[in-house]
Amino acid sequence: MMPPLTGSKAELFRTTRRREAIVRYWKRSRKTLRLVWRSKMGMVGLMILIAFLCIALFTPIFVHFDRNAFNAEEIFLPALSKHHLLGTDEVGRDVLSELLYGSRISLFVGVAASAISVLIGGSIGVFSGYYGRLADEGLMRFTDIFLVIPQLPFMMLLAALAGPSLQNIIIVIGALSWPSTARLVRSQIITLKERTFIERARSIGAGDGHIIRKHILPNVIPLMFANTVLIIAVAILTESTLAFLGLGDPLVISWGSMLHYAFTSLAMSNGAWWYFVPPGFCIALVILGFTFFGYAMDEILNPRFRRR
Amino acid sequence: MELRTYILRRAATAFAVFLIILTLNFIIFHTIPGDPIRTLFQDPRISPEDMAQLRHGFGLDKPLMDQYLIYMKNSLTGEMGRSFSYYGDPVGDIVKERLINTLILVGSASVLALIMGVAIGTLAAWKRNTKTDFTLLGSSLFLYSMPTFWLGMLMLFALSGSVPSGGMYTPGANYAGFLDRFLDLMHHLLVPMTVLTLVLFGQYVMIMRSSLIDVLSEDYIVTANAKGLTGKNILRHHAVPNAMLPLVTITAINLSFVVGGAIQTETVFSWPGIGRLMYDALITRDYPILQGCFLVLTAVALVANFIADIAYVFLDPRVKVR
Repeated sequence: MMPPLTGSKAELFRTTRRREAIVRYWKRSRKTLRLVWRSKMGMVGLMILIAFLCIALFTPIFVHFDRNAFNAEEIFLPALSKHHLLGTDEVGRDVLSELLYGSRISLFVGVAASAISVLIGGSIGVFSGYYGRLADEGLMRFTDIFLVIPQLPFMMLLAALAGPSLQNIIIVIGALSWPSTARLVRSQIITLKERTFIERARSIGAGDGHIIRKHILPNVIPLMFANTVLIIAVAILTESTLAFLGLGDPLVISWGSMLHYAFTSLAMSNGAWWYFVPPGFCIALVILGFTFFGYAMDEILNPRFRRR
Repeated sequence: MELRTYILRRAATAFAVFLIILTLNFIIFHTIPGDPIRTLFQDPRISPEDMAQLRHGFGLDKPLMDQYLIYMKNSLTGEMGRSFSYYGDPVGDIVKERLINTLILVGSASVLALIMGVAIGTLAAWKRNTKTDFTLLGSSLFLYSMPTFWLGMLMLFALSGSVPSGGMYTPGANYAGFLDRFLDLMHHLLVPMTVLTLVLFGQYVMIMRSSLIDVLSEDYIVTANAKGLTGKNILRHHAVPNAMLPLVTITAINLSFVVGGAIQTETVFSWPGIGRLMYDALITRDYPILQGCFLVLTAVALVANFIADIAYVFLDPRVKVR
């Protein structure tokens, strides 16, 4: 063991270490970013995502929208009408404002739900992969059960029983979409824990907690990042599906709930394309953005692809 | 281990999983906040005595363990309670009737999607990293990203007037014979089937493409090349049959995805299958129907997984039964 450093020397040592770590981290991220830049798919995905993020962030500053402002005289006004670029809906609200505000809920639910999902999946994966044996067997059987249950009916049942609210939707989606993450993390850790540097760490007396935090996690987190991006895409799609089926929070507007109201107010047979085409298009575009970006990240970060 | 033991073990596992899911369903119903009776009869005029009477009628005053045993016994014998709406008909009967309609839609769409997916996925893998590949993969990804129900809504809008907007048969029609009835069914099936096919097919393209790319880097392909076989020959006889193997397992695993697509398609086109039944049950808060549909769909998924496991052993000689 090195004698503990004291005084200014220790301070200097620590700052240098920290600076080195930051430089190393920056170099690595820059390399990743450069690869994303070079991959056309990843670039297109990133652009789409940044655009929608800006819309979600800045909409409340520029657009005022009252979701209770019913206007009986302006029902189903067509697109390009005066004051209403994308027309109005079945109760006379401006579709464009709804669309802009909807981006906030759709993105928020997607990110929040996938955060829950990655947390559950990551923990189960790490625990199961690192400790192995009985814990692994038990947890993987548990994961298999969740993989085989048809997801949408299960979510419909849970959301219906729990009642429609934003919080419930987030929990239901998050609590049911973790199995793929768990499997991915587990398989990664199983190969990782046999590597020499882990053995070395253990031989100089590192505990399980230390090894997981300092050696295992830094090696799986990049992979989990790509997986998370893909899970956000699925979560957004799921949210819009549940909202379309009438399970969304009636107090907020998301793209899915817009489509629900468009469907129940028979916008299709009324020819009100401006009401149901834009929200669906936005959903598809955002999901495409996440999927493109996720796949590009996966190809860059996943060691499976590197040899090709 | 013998094949028979393997099959028996697989079947036992599937059954055990089903029992666990049944239990899970019971626990969920009893732990999710909210009193089912209170949500069901949201009427302040109901007196506490009547409430107790209702509770007794549904058996909700029995000890939890008894409720559990009754529930398990009933579920396994196909008795899934009575619907809240639908005049209190047995859930089992309603679901059984709807299951066939769902199978017609899902079956036809799946077969079409598989055929198209294999063909296009093969093309994309063969022309890997070319413009063709990029276009094919891009459009499949786009179809995959599209919400199923939205695609259905677009179709309804685009074709409104020229095709029936929903249902399975023309209401009140008198059919001259079986053929007449069949043609009417086809007429109604066409659009929903197309939507579901398009949604499923994108995924098969991606799976087939990546699987074929994997296979093409195998040693036996190199050997076939060295023997001087033509590209087409290698593809048809050596690569494609092997690349299709993962599709068997993935089709079963992705049944969840297929079910999701079917629920959305049926909802949009009022196709009287299980999916539309679930949607209607959501609106009327008909919990027994929702649970019945969920359990039946889960059972179907388990059976499909079981069949895929067994089929894999027969299809891939490399898989040794352990």
